[in-house]
Amino acid sequence: MPSSKPSAARSRGALRTPSFELIHHTLGNGLRVVLAPDRAAPVVGIAVLYDVGFRSEPEGRTGFAHLFEHLMFQGSANLEKLEHFRYVQASGGIFNGSTHLDYTNYFEVLPSNAFERGLFLEADRMRSPRITEENLANQISVVKEEIRVNVMNRPYGGFPWLVLPPLLYDTFPNAHNGYGGFEDLQNATVADASAFFDSYYAPANAVLSVAGDFDPDTALELIESHFGGIRRRKKPARPDFSEPPLTADRRDQVTDQLAPLPAVALGYRLTDPNGDLRQFLATVLLSEILSDGDASRLQRSLVQKQRLVTDISAYLGTFGDPLEERNPTRLNITAHYANAKSTDAVLAAVDGELDRLATRGTEPGEIDRVRTKLSATVFRELDQVLNRSLEFAKFELLFDRASLSLGLPVLLAEITDDDIRAAAARLVDSHRAVVELLPGGDK
Amino acid sequence: MTSASPTRRSGRHAQPLSVPPLTAPSRPKRITTAERVLDSGLRVVVVRRPSVPMVEVRLRIPFLSAKSHHLSRSVLLSDTMLTGTSRYDRTELAIALQELGGDISVGLDADRLLLSASALATKLPELLGLFAEVLTQATYPKGELVGERDRLLERLLVARSQAGVIANEALGNRLAPGHPYGTGLPSPEDVGGVTAAQVRKLHADLVRPEGAVLVIVGDVTPARALDSVERQLADWTGKQAVRRVPAVPDVLRGPLQILHRPDSVQTALRFGGHALGRTDPRYPALQLANLAFGGLFSSRWVENIREAKGYTYSPRSSLDHSVLASAFTASADVATEVTAPAVVETLYELGRIATLPITEAELDLVRQYAIGTLALSLSTQAGLASTLSGLLGAGIDLDWLNNHPVRLAAVTRDEIAAVSAQFLAPSALVAVAVGDSDQILEPLRRVLDVELVPTS
Repeated sequence: MPSSKPSAARSRGALRTPSFELIHHTLGNGLRVVLAPDRAAPVVGIAVLYDVGFRSEPEGRTGFAHLFEHLMFQGSANLEKLEHFRYVQASGGIFNGSTHLDYTNYFEVLPSNAFERGLFLEADRMRSPRITEENLANQISVVKEEIRVNVMNRPYGGFPWLVLPPLLYDTFPNAHNGYGGFEDLQNATVADASAFFDSYYAPANAVLSVAGDFDPDTALELIESHFGGIRRRKKPARPDFSEPPLTADRRDQVTDQLAPLPAVALGYRLTDPNGDLRQFLATVLLSEILSDGDASRLQRSLVQKQRLVTDISAYLGTFGDPLEERNPTRLNITAHYANAKSTDAVLAAVDGELDRLATRGTEPGEIDRVRTKLSATVFRELDQVLNRSLEFAKFELLFDRASLSLGLPVLLAEITDDDIRAAAARLVDSHRAVVELLPGGDK
Repeated sequence: MTSASPTRRSGRHAQPLSVPPLTAPSRPKRITTAERVLDSGLRVVVVRRPSVPMVEVRLRIPFLSAKSHHLSRSVLLSDTMLTGTSRYDRTELAIALQELGGDISVGLDADRLLLSASALATKLPELLGLFAEVLTQATYPKGELVGERDRLLERLLVARSQAGVIANEALGNRLAPGHPYGTGLPSPEDVGGVTAAQVRKLHADLVRPEGAVLVIVGDVTPARALDSVERQLADWTGKQAVRRVPAVPDVLRGPLQILHRPDSVQTALRFGGHALGRTDPRYPALQLANLAFGGLFSSRWVENIREAKGYTYSPRSSLDHSVLASAFTASADVATEVTAPAVVETLYELGRIATLPITEAELDLVRQYAIGTLALSLSTQAGLASTLSGLLGAGIDLDWLNNHPVRLAAVTRDEIAAVSAQFLAPSALVAVAVGDSDQILEPLRRVLDVELVPTS
């Protein structure tokens, strides 16, 4: 029985990171390639990440990066509409794509005998997606249904990822609705799509990562033959999206007609993980200390002891992956509760915990167990060949270092109590945005 | 379909490239297990999978009961199982798990209680020790139960505000009327009355090893893992109290039911009917029939109502298996103004697959998809553990899994036509629609019989 706490040295010794050999290569057209061969299971994961997300879409075209992601599945130089899906699925594989703040990904997982076919499919749309008036109109309809099912017809839809940024940020790139307004979506044209592709979908603005069952030399030859002939284009300059720190707290309310209970979201601006990674990872650990599981501070105080909230969670980034955004990114804290009058008590409780962590630091063993848990979560994710290809590509794209994803447990092991105190103190000292969600539904 | 104007052309002369053929497939590896049935009656199955230094554990305990109060008490049992034991309080238990890089979650459906866990592989004995602690010493502290009961009531309120939840519940009531399989969520009244003593009694009656299955997959040595289970779970003993397990009733036939949701911008459409279980000799054909209709992106229904017409974002059909019954369901959330046209297209595609054979190309596609994605789902520790737990708990053995690709390879178009005619025909299915009846009722009435169901 684990009645005594394992020593730090022992628990760290247990965290041997799985070793994946990483091979790097850059094609003549600038496409960066990361190979992670692993022949344990006869499957391959292929991921292509483009260095453009909804932060880069132009004013008047909210939601365009995501709409464009849909268009990348609508056929390409040598493929009719529907063929991309059919070739992947008829090979026994699965596919998808997703649009994030700073990048857009496209991926498939295939039995390894479809490896070259997967490379062909990605290369063909990197060369030339087939964007027609008809496909554009169809996908505008599909995206509108996506927004209806995930936002407009759903209680708490888009909370907080669509309601917090407009209050927390001042500039269009950071503040606007990444799903898009219906009017902007309707106004999108084939010419817009062509221009967006030209600007952002250059090979030099992308990373291709393949993981799983292949021979690396053969893979490099195949990648050269499929992607090497794609015309080299200029890598677009990435604008500086940073905003100065907030000078005062901000507060706003939104009404959700479908929601039966109130909720609140707190947002804190955070600076680039690329700037000071150690400081950033300390904030990641801090968020876990605050809300991960029954032993976390906010679960204990607000859910279990005071019974003020139904649930509470603290996480970094728009969608909960702390390491998928550049500058600025943010810490979110969200809570749902029965009584709208509890909002201030929830805010006071969050302030109280941050204050305690800033002044008194962590409890003995608290950092160790939280980082052990976090490292275990990293290992579990790496078990999936798809996650490996996506993670290696993401870390290569955002940090120029695919191997960083494997090194996270080691970096987490270096975080000390002082780092956590400092991370908490920075939050205590910074201003924040608070959005209350008021229920308009049946009570 | 030929597209008019590609926006970009490759820099060179546009010479069509051809899609590379598949190379020779790898032979799928047969899964081998180490097994032991303990004196207590617990069946333990271990698979070595050293891909990452983790271990996955699934403990499945049969939990189906016909008692009317069973659902609300079971949900609270699963919500409070980890809130205290004779040795640990809630926080101490959570801390002990975190120190193992671990987590336990308790899940529930009509058939079973499922304890799912993961931890660093080296910590398996300690993780099993915590399992033993919870299984033999859970105390269900009164204060924790009251707190979780209030949280559950709030979560139920939120769940019932979602169109999809309402629609799934209404369809369940049609597919298994009056049966636990069709009951859906517990009522607030039932939940409000549950006491800690009742939950403790339920634990004593049903949380027992005989008939339960424990699956372990990960970076472990099977013999050592089996010994470890035997040692750590030695004190977990006993049989379940006798339960009356009700037979699954016939589908409640009738018109399409409309549940009014004022101002809804979409309609949640659900079609459903009975299906074949996984050990039925005709099951592989039905599995492929479902895929061809709407079970994957490149299916008739998805290509029609999403890619051709843009009525919806994520239509999908599936076969869902419980121990006593299986169901076919087709789900789509469609824009309010195209609700009736979407039903027309759905009935068209269902009618078409029920009356005409699918093509050879469609058969090839769904066959490869079924075989390929089965291998993908077994390629991770967590995926393999969950799949094995589900199969073994339903009385299906490992041979079924290992031989399933061969069965899929043998299915013919005629076999698919026969099961489609029986299980996918519109006349075999019931339907519900949750949406704004002021806007959808009249158009729907022009297409088929409908009835407006009063909502509470």
